[in-house]
Amino acid sequence: MQVWETLVGPLQYAFFQKGLLVAAMSGALLGLIGVYITLRGMSYIGHGLAHAIFGGFAASQLITSGLYVFGAGIWGIASALAINAVSRKRSISADSAIGVVTTASFALGIALLTKFGTRGPSFDNALFGSILGISTGQIVGLSIVIIFTVIFVVMRFRALLFATFDPEVANVSGVNVGRNDALLMVILSLAILATLTVIGVTLVAAMLVIPAVVARMWTDSFSRMLWLSSLIGAACGLSGMYLSYYAGVPSGTMIVLTGASVFCVSLIVTGARGRRRAINWDHHGSDVLGATTEPVVLTPVR
Amino acid sequence: MTADARCLIALRNISSAYGEQLALHDVSLRIDSDQLTGIVGPSGSGKTTLLRTLLGSVRPVAGRIERSKDVAMSYVPQLETVNWNFPITVFECVLMARRQQRVRPWPTRSEREDVMAVLRRLSIEELAGRHIRALSGGQQQRMFVARALLRKPDLLLLDEPTSGVDVNTRHDMLHMLNELNAEGLAVVLTTHDLNGIAAHLPNLVCLNRSVIASGSPAEVITPDVLERTFGARMEVLEHLGIPVVIDEAPVRWREVG
Repeated sequence: MQVWETLVGPLQYAFFQKGLLVAAMSGALLGLIGVYITLRGMSYIGHGLAHAIFGGFAASQLITSGLYVFGAGIWGIASALAINAVSRKRSISADSAIGVVTTASFALGIALLTKFGTRGPSFDNALFGSILGISTGQIVGLSIVIIFTVIFVVMRFRALLFATFDPEVANVSGVNVGRNDALLMVILSLAILATLTVIGVTLVAAMLVIPAVVARMWTDSFSRMLWLSSLIGAACGLSGMYLSYYAGVPSGTMIVLTGASVFCVSLIVTGARGRRRAINWDHHGSDVLGATTEPVVLTPVR
Repeated sequence: MTADARCLIALRNISSAYGEQLALHDVSLRIDSDQLTGIVGPSGSGKTTLLRTLLGSVRPVAGRIERSKDVAMSYVPQLETVNWNFPITVFECVLMARRQQRVRPWPTRSEREDVMAVLRRLSIEELAGRHIRALSGGQQQRMFVARALLRKPDLLLLDEPTSGVDVNTRHDMLHMLNELNAEGLAVVLTTHDLNGIAAHLPNLVCLNRSVIASGSPAEVITPDVLERTFGARMEVLEHLGIPVVIDEAPVRWREVG
């Protein structure tokens, strides 16, 4: 009975209902995209892009307070494409490109907000997330990004998988790897932008990485990892929101701490199971060259 | 079939470069539909660049490539370049080579049958649900060949297919490539393994940025050609009609010592 009251009690508040919905949707969305990001070894990019978008968020508020989301979105997409373009050059690694592009953008955002203040979400809310003041427009925006992402992942499933697993062979097999990468970066920017309000700039990267890493511990199949990661992300979002409500701390922190706890538990459980797993090493070797045990006599050719 | 009708792809005086670095210089080569050819050369000799040029992923800076109409090529990468922790089963890995025709991502019945047929052809059908890391070296190679074959290629290109594998896996690989070639598939592979692989192939191309020599192992594996290709003097012996290459350097070190 007490558990029921704990779960239902906060739902009497409209802000919590909206927050719960957005947190679950955000967790699922970031969990889905996070699979591609972590498997490509680009976990750092989520962290970087969130910071880059913060710069756009600050800069666009100087022009208009109402359309800061669009300004931040355009800024984020431009940063993502810049990182993608720079990291495709052999001489500059993706990590270095992210480091340069996004930290500069974040520094600019802090400078602008400090100098001119904010007319949108507060500085703290942008950094750590808040469930207060979530508008219907934000929920609609997040829903559109989720629909767009799911359509993209479903329709380009094999091409994305091929480009993630083996980009070089995918490229020569007719997959346009460059276009897929660019589209993925655009979707990542939009997802970060849409989830920023609840999870916050500094914590969004964790929700890109944790659900995907946890899902990886539980499955060896790519398609199972996709839905499992989305499910774990949504569950962390829901649980984190309740914890945030009762603990009285920013939503992003509790969502990430929930994810981190799930990660630790999974590490312990699957670690033990993994040790028990025996890999069956079949052998298909056959001596087709007619190897012989007779003494060999070699004669010089030339 | 005429000689020209058999030609799948021909390189005419091709030069390729990465920036200022010339990787291939004035290479002319012809791949026919019934060929099993090995490209041998030391590290950095342009073997992988040559494969990429054949595939069209490296654009030459000079020369001309002539491909027969509708020639389909598949590529098998080096095992060392694969992320073996990637969460993917053998079935998923092979299926990714088939272009998604419908909106739904999961395979159709005919796609499932095609994948299982190619796995059966390569004797790894029972491994379909297994994670790629849980395969032996030979099975891993077969899986990538299966992925390549799913595209129904006319020409199969393999980059160092026997690099880092044991002797049984090497035998297994040669046996399989011979079988595929006998069934009508043209095969081109790169290797720097002269005794284990190159000597057992019907055609060889010795490459060191340029084509040093081409022909049968008996024609190509000679001390002079090897010295020009590898930059080191080697002795060539014969065993059961197959050339055997002996590196002279250790012998000389022993004499000096």
